[in-house]
Amino acid sequence: MKKQFMATVATGAFLAAGATSAQAEDLTLCWAAWDPANALVELSKDFEEKSGHKMSFEFVPWPNFADRMLNELNSGGQLCDLMIGDSQWIGGGAESGHYVKLNDFFDAEDITMDDFIPATVTGYSEWPKGTPNYWALPAFGDVVGWTYRKDWFERPELQAEFKEKYGRDLGVPATLAELKDIAEFFEGRDIDGNTVYGAAIYTERGSEGITMGVTNALYNYGFLYENPEKPYEMEGFVNSPGAVEGLEFYKALYDVGPPPGSSNWYMGENIDAYKSGQVALQMNFAFIWPGVEADPNVGGGKSGYFPNPAGPAGQFAQLGGQGISVVAYSSKQDAALEYIKWFAQPEIQARWWELGGYSALKAVVEDPGFASSQPYAQTFLDSMAIVKDFWAEPAYADLLLAMQEKIHDYVIAGNGTAQEALDGLVEEWTVIFEDEGKL
Amino acid sequence: MSFSVTSPSPAAKWLAGILVIGYAIITILPLVWIIATGFKSPADAIAYPPKLVFEPSLEGYVNLFTTRTRVTENDFAALPPASSWYEQIVRDQGMVIAGPSRYGERYLNSIIIGFGSTALCMVLGTAAAYAFSRFRVPLKDDLLFFILSTRMMPPIAVAIPIFLMFREIGLNDTHLGMILLYTAVNLSLSVWLLKGFIDEIPVEYEEAALIDGYTRFQAFIKVVLPQAATGIASTAIFCLIFAWNEYAFAVLLTSGAAQTAPPFIPTIIGVGGKDWPAVAAGATIFLVPVMVFTILLRKHLLRGITFGAVRK
Amino acid sequence: MTDASMDKIARATPAPMARRIRGLSDRTIAWIFVAPSIFLLLAVNIFPLIWTIRLSFTDYRVNRPNREAEWVGLENYQRILSDSGIWSTMQATAHFLIWTIVLQVLIGFALAYLINMKFRGNDLWTTIIVLPMMLSPAVVGNFWTFLYQPQIGLFNYVIAFFTGADPASFSMIGDVNLAPWAIIIADTWMWTPFVMLICLAGLRSIPDSIYEAAECDRASKWRQFWTLTIPMALPFLMLAVLFRGIENFKMFDLVVQLTGGGPGNTTTLTSIDLKREAFERWRTGYSSAYAVILFVTVFGLASIYVKALTKVKER
Repeated sequence: MKKQFMATVATGAFLAAGATSAQAEDLTLCWAAWDPANALVELSKDFEEKSGHKMSFEFVPWPNFADRMLNELNSGGQLCDLMIGDSQWIGGGAESGHYVKLNDFFDAEDITMDDFIPATVTGYSEWPKGTPNYWALPAFGDVVGWTYRKDWFERPELQAEFKEKYGRDLGVPATLAELKDIAEFFEGRDIDGNTVYGAAIYTERGSEGITMGVTNALYNYGFLYENPEKPYEMEGFVNSPGAVEGLEFYKALYDVGPPPGSSNWYMGENIDAYKSGQVALQMNFAFIWPGVEADPNVGGGKSGYFPNPAGPAGQFAQLGGQGISVVAYSSKQDAALEYIKWFAQPEIQARWWELGGYSALKAVVEDPGFASSQPYAQTFLDSMAIVKDFWAEPAYADLLLAMQEKIHDYVIAGNGTAQEALDGLVEEWTVIFEDEGKL
Repeated sequence: MSFSVTSPSPAAKWLAGILVIGYAIITILPLVWIIATGFKSPADAIAYPPKLVFEPSLEGYVNLFTTRTRVTENDFAALPPASSWYEQIVRDQGMVIAGPSRYGERYLNSIIIGFGSTALCMVLGTAAAYAFSRFRVPLKDDLLFFILSTRMMPPIAVAIPIFLMFREIGLNDTHLGMILLYTAVNLSLSVWLLKGFIDEIPVEYEEAALIDGYTRFQAFIKVVLPQAATGIASTAIFCLIFAWNEYAFAVLLTSGAAQTAPPFIPTIIGVGGKDWPAVAAGATIFLVPVMVFTILLRKHLLRGITFGAVRK
Repeated sequence: MTDASMDKIARATPAPMARRIRGLSDRTIAWIFVAPSIFLLLAVNIFPLIWTIRLSFTDYRVNRPNREAEWVGLENYQRILSDSGIWSTMQATAHFLIWTIVLQVLIGFALAYLINMKFRGNDLWTTIIVLPMMLSPAVVGNFWTFLYQPQIGLFNYVIAFFTGADPASFSMIGDVNLAPWAIIIADTWMWTPFVMLICLAGLRSIPDSIYEAAECDRASKWRQFWTLTIPMALPFLMLAVLFRGIENFKMFDLVVQLTGGGPGNTTTLTSIDLKREAFERWRTGYSSAYAVILFVTVFGLASIYVKALTKVKER
């Protein structure tokens, strides 16, 4: 951080138009191409007005996002000044020097991580985890949850039939097993002359899709990444009997729940299937909910939302979401920090939520009006309370590729057993950590 | 039939015609489908069964060139009426235009890198081809084979060190880097093709020019180049098409500033899922110029695709 | 004409311009003309190749800038050659190579044979058939995923129309058994015209007089086809196979867009696997060794093949 910038900040708590002595810069912010990114474009117009800087955006769709942006960072590229990078990149971003460490900046600007939801601080900002070393400001809270067709669930004839078959009411499932029953119940059913299916779930092979899906089952059946007592010890945790059961559950869900041909689906495909009325349930990150509510076909009260249901070993949900970081290779770091400072303001965060961005600021989500401000707001809060994330190690891409391959090969291609898949995973992860010198 | 033993009977010709036309129709169907999808509304594009007849819509093209966002209901209601037809199309989707998309820039990058590398490649390639055709270059055959063999390596394998090299000298994601790279890749094609074309020009023309007092260099510029113009033009189009279509290097070595259209088009998405009409619109604008070039080039096509090994 | 006589002519030229540049001998001009190309190729092809070979003996990783790379000798090669995953990748590549070549040669040759009957309008239809191969494989491959979609895709719809199967009942890209065929079909669609064009040139190179002579010998059409047409067209066919073989060994863009290597690893061809190792896992040293192995394979196979091709031509 440069003196010039400090002086700028000292002129006032808020950045008034023209008040900055720094020259106007053309800043590029890199993020995934999805609904929240478009909302951020809208939100950022306020920053452009107030700061005089111009914002450009580089958005890449999820299946290519990690690939492209990690390539960019590893090549030392100057395309991005600001990066809203995925939560798992934080280890690599910090250790390889891709991101600027933000502690001094936070101290100087009176930004404190205590103001943000704890899970997002751990998930998006810290490296090493659990230490007060911050490499990002929590930008977008996200978590896997479920969306369901409330209007279908409320049909008396379906309710009656369901009750007769399963001996309980058709409603939000309390457990994953119940969720599977509901998916099976809807699979192949005729609704208003259309054949519909049970549940759209993540099955994508190329990037991170099936991992982000299967973990929601694994966690709740007892899967742990490592021995809580002894880091990187995975034997008996990754492939524990519970984890095997969880993986078998996900395969069973895949076998009875989703529409035909959904063997390579991630966020986009699940949304399409849901919005076009093909499925009763969809697994997806919370970011889609504002779009669902606004949708002419399935919005306006036709849809309901619930957190990932519990399993035998507890209730957890896969963390998504990102923090915003300053790229170390950028030549415009001062202006980029200015953006983060602007973005962290409570009123900007409140507006962010209004536009469909999930603010991670406590002041926004703990506001008494928050839970009732949108039909999905409470579900978001409940889900954020039970999150777990994938490895955020510098070797995360390696670890992810191994998991993608093993899980897809078992769940979708139907090769081998769940035990073999997870045993294989332990083996590959062990090799990776050995290569890293951590084992 | 009775006159010519080699000419097939009219019936056989008919049958051949029907079979070939049948194949042509099947083969062209995906291309027709791309162009048609570009003019469908998103709902029509994913309709089941696929719609052959549909109401044309420019939504795909509008979505291709804009980024759109949802605003809060109050804000939306407070907006002034749409000021243009394309803004109206976006409003009808319940959204507002947040800005232009990046498609235009990526298309421009394709043009800059495509034409830049082609021009450089023609200069280098014509000179080298002339030398190989007319002079006794030491180790000529080895050099020619070396030039050709560079084309056999899988681009991903070549990209590993290129990535490191570009990173060291700051050529990653730059127009210059991509132009140099594509020039190098295309050199093998252009040297081999152009050597063939120049071989066909009788040496006597240059000899006459030399006797008339031209220097070797002048003879090359004033006699050989005009004679080889058609060959150079068709070679240039081949190089251009290669650079235009190239994906592997582009996806690995560019991320934004110099990214070309092929890695970009597959990543066009709409709100929520994939916006197929916009993808199709982007593909159409990208593919149609090549289709036109192909038709223009059809006489030299064979030669181009076989590195001059087969001449019709 | 020899260089010496050229020089003599040049020296004999009286024009003033010539005098000025006469200092440039043909030899100099030759070098000036060739050197830039060679230099560029050395810089962009050979230097990186040498670098790759060097890296292949280290454990260097691009995404670990702060860690010293260590010399590991042949360890990378050992790891690759003993990795069962690589062999299944090679199998997938071989399956793809063999079937695309077989299909493209059969269909391409048949089309060329039919077109060579010179029915009216054959030029126009030939041009239309040729269009797919000139287009960007990545852009077209991306669109094929749309054509292959179970419910809404045109491909499934057409197949369903002709077979009566439910278009939602099969997924070309998602099914482990169908995906290898999905990429073969798309590649065949794209590249059959390439084989067709070369075969057409081959067929047109056969002089009519040979057939006339055969006709006089009362050889049947069938016999003529096998004893004249095929042998005469064989060098061309082999050339087409060489080109398709090399190109499909390098295959990346079309398949990466179509299936991304999935489902599982069923369509993970070598280039896709290499890309994952080099640009997703960033195991630079390891993937350099992988690249070297691929070079050796493609050069080895190609030179054996070229030898065979030369023999056939000489016959």
